[in-house]
Amino acid sequence: MYKVVIGLEVHVELETNTKNFSSAPNKFTEAHNINVSTVDLGLPGILPIANKEAVRKALLTSMALHCKTPDEIIFDRKNYYYADLPKGYQITQNTKPVGIGGYLDVIVNKKIKRVTLHDIHLEEDTASLEHYPKYSLIDYNRSGVPLLEIVTDPCIESADEAVAYLEDLRDVFLYLGVSEARSNYGQMRCDVNISLMKETDTQLGTKVEMKNINAFNSVRQAIEYEIKRQSEILNRGEKVVQETRRIAEDGRTYSMREKVDAIDYKYFVEPNIPSTPVTDDFLYELKKELPELKGDRYLKYIEKYKMSEYDAGVIAKNRKISDYFETLLDLGSDVELSVNYVTTSILSTLKKLEIELEDLFITPEMLSGVIKQVKDKKLSLDAGKKLLYEAIDKKIDPNELIRKEGLSQINDKDELLKLITSIMDENKEVVRQYVEDGNMAAINFFIGQTMKKSNRQANPNMSKEIISEELERRKNESK
Amino acid sequence: MYRGKSITQLREELDSEKVTPEDLFSKANQLAHYFQDDYNSFVTIIDKCKYRKSDSKLNGIPYALKDNFSTTGILTTASSNILKDYVPVYDATVYKKLKDAGAILVGKTVLDELAMGGTGTTGHTGVVKNPWDKECMIGGSSAGSAASVALGIVPFSIGSDTGDSVRKPASHGGLVGFKPTYGRISRYGLFAFASSLDHVAMFARNVKDVAIVTDILKGKDPNDMVTLNDDDKCYADLLDKDIKGKKLFYIKEMCGKDAYKDIDDKDLSEVISTFHEMLDKLRKKGFIIEEVSVDKTLLEAIYPTYMVISCAEATSNNSNLTGIQFGPRGEGNSIEEIMFDARTKGFSELIKRRFILGSYILQKENQEKLFLNAGRIRHIIVDKMNELFKEYDGMIAPCSGGPAQKFESTSEKLSDRYLILENHLAIGNFGGFPSITVPYAMIDDMPVGLNITGRVREDDLVLNIAYKIEEETGLKDIYSKVGDIDV
Repeated sequence: MYKVVIGLEVHVELETNTKNFSSAPNKFTEAHNINVSTVDLGLPGILPIANKEAVRKALLTSMALHCKTPDEIIFDRKNYYYADLPKGYQITQNTKPVGIGGYLDVIVNKKIKRVTLHDIHLEEDTASLEHYPKYSLIDYNRSGVPLLEIVTDPCIESADEAVAYLEDLRDVFLYLGVSEARSNYGQMRCDVNISLMKETDTQLGTKVEMKNINAFNSVRQAIEYEIKRQSEILNRGEKVVQETRRIAEDGRTYSMREKVDAIDYKYFVEPNIPSTPVTDDFLYELKKELPELKGDRYLKYIEKYKMSEYDAGVIAKNRKISDYFETLLDLGSDVELSVNYVTTSILSTLKKLEIELEDLFITPEMLSGVIKQVKDKKLSLDAGKKLLYEAIDKKIDPNELIRKEGLSQINDKDELLKLITSIMDENKEVVRQYVEDGNMAAINFFIGQTMKKSNRQANPNMSKEIISEELERRKNESK
Repeated sequence: MYRGKSITQLREELDSEKVTPEDLFSKANQLAHYFQDDYNSFVTIIDKCKYRKSDSKLNGIPYALKDNFSTTGILTTASSNILKDYVPVYDATVYKKLKDAGAILVGKTVLDELAMGGTGTTGHTGVVKNPWDKECMIGGSSAGSAASVALGIVPFSIGSDTGDSVRKPASHGGLVGFKPTYGRISRYGLFAFASSLDHVAMFARNVKDVAIVTDILKGKDPNDMVTLNDDDKCYADLLDKDIKGKKLFYIKEMCGKDAYKDIDDKDLSEVISTFHEMLDKLRKKGFIIEEVSVDKTLLEAIYPTYMVISCAEATSNNSNLTGIQFGPRGEGNSIEEIMFDARTKGFSELIKRRFILGSYILQKENQEKLFLNAGRIRHIIVDKMNELFKEYDGMIAPCSGGPAQKFESTSEKLSDRYLILENHLAIGNFGGFPSITVPYAMIDDMPVGLNITGRVREDDLVLNIAYKIEEETGLKDIYSKVGDIDV
């Protein structure tokens, strides 16, 4: 058995109106070479204009991941020649990245794993290449798109940890609203560095790098395959070659190129972008924007609200749902009922109508009114759900419906008894079946009838109690 | 007569409708063609008069533009084979402002390849000659822009100045050459050489004209992050302020009376003596001029510091010239081979030498010793200047150790004259100081210029001082009257 050491470099495209250093639109499109400016083409004489929004989102992410933020924003040039790099250099951050250190706590197999970060830096994406047998085509749509690179320390020890980290990191991006991070659009990509060492070794083994893996499942496959491949090499007493490998469709990895010497990128500070100080005021403003993240909410739900891990997971997964849920609680709603309504009615409605939460007619204020009725036993849980669906259908506040249609529950014991007695008198045969034959189905029959006759306003629990008592009373009477 | 007239003179003639913009263009065009074979000012001469009417002071005034400014639809080569067919798709801010002001482009001028060099001899279309003497260089890199004004073809021209590329040829051409404060004029569309040192600069035949042109060009540009907010001053209106009591210094080790007393160099001793004669005149006029001493090692470090920084930045800035996006496509079986071939064929040996130097300087193992140290020395020099500027309003110095050199002459690159007197103008680029060259003497019928460098952002004061100096030189509005042409 070997100890597995993995480091991940995640590239995520930031969501901004324009590119990182030009005014061209930053948006995904199927059409080639549409979102392109002179800057993105690297034409002679162009100059970069730093995108404030990209810097803001980068700093926000840096703070959310507990990194040390720099005292000023500066950029560096990374110089190398390639067909997808029109300027012959990439503008990135080397001297002062937007984040140094930091960590993300992720839950892997019910345990908290702290993934520590090396740094986070803001840079620009390259153009994309399409290769054909006799030629290659360049699409500059991606050239200059703001890219945040999050580099972990070599601290990840399994494919499970790697994938859990990636999933949680994506949720951080979504929580912060910095990126949609859709891996099928290449908005989130991952380089994996992996090496194996003996438990007793003090030095890391030879690392293999796998670049630009989009799907998390492919990351898992690649890691698992590499662990197997490298273990076999080491078991044979051979040495792992330092190289770059790619993952193929079959889940295996194949050698791309051996790393002879690390390329010297000749970094130097980008002279065309003046340094911008990161002031305490600016950081304070950003801090105010920083939401409580998924992991913290998840733990809070379990520890403070005594929710099940499952429910806590479902609600914390999505920031909007979680915010909605927390607003319900802020409005004084019962925790258990809130969990119930959010995880059933609300989520199923969103799914059924294929809408986003912000497009849902039912506001937390409306829902909290309904939950209060249920809590006060004026409305049954199910009646509440039906009421919500009706409200969504009619686009009327459910509390308005309650008032208008007198939908409030009948909780008056005498009133219910009166109704139930009259129903039983009308159905003497059913009463007889209970009294003489002990047919318990009679109870459900009368509950059904009570609900029907009361226009579903009868409190079902109370009704059930009264029906049972009344039937027992008649049974005793007949003896 | 059109030839040799200043912006101010042509403005009067246009306003009084003695001439039309079309007349002026046609005369400039005629002169451009007439002198092209002998002096080679232009890469492209424009034959169609295009101008937009405006009420600016430059409306209808012909001018020339260095061929490293992006001009939509007009060939822009940077005098390099790798861009010999490059036609830009966007306008440099400077070009756009001049177009909007109604100035009329007469041609795109020859430069040292990619603006690297100070001789005017390395452009891909050939050597630029000095209008005052065809055997001499005019200097560079803005050689064609200098020659076109010195020949009287246009009253002003635009160049770029990274080390002294406008202020030095101005000296050799008997012209005023002005490089405003870094960030005063947008560099957007200027083909980058060394971004931290690159300035837009201009030539004219008198100080007022450069002030007029600067007034049009200056201002904040959203396309260039280093541009300054406009100071909302009209420099042309502030030239005549009283300079009594303004304090200038010259550096003893650079141009003191005895700085080169052991060197037998006729030009050099004439430069020094005429310079000091001029200082006396200026003192009489009311300037206070004092000698200061600066560590000679610091002065000797200017040129190597400049070379290290500029070569490093140039290597990176010109990495877009690969023949992939534009330019002649190289041959080869891989992307690397194709780029390699395009760059091998596209650049002259001199350029390749600078790129190799730049690359070497930026290598990980050399960065600290070369690139970062050069940056530190740059800071020390700038700090020294700023310290002096606390007491003085400007530095005054000769622009070079003599008039323009003959083509076949070679400089002794480690001599004091070369290291200090020929290369000190880069100080203005190090600190982004406003800096201006004004002709002050003729040595053997060849003009020589002096330079004033002042505090950052005080472009108006530098122009004011230069304007007052110009009154004492008797060399205002000079140009070379060569050629048998009467327009």
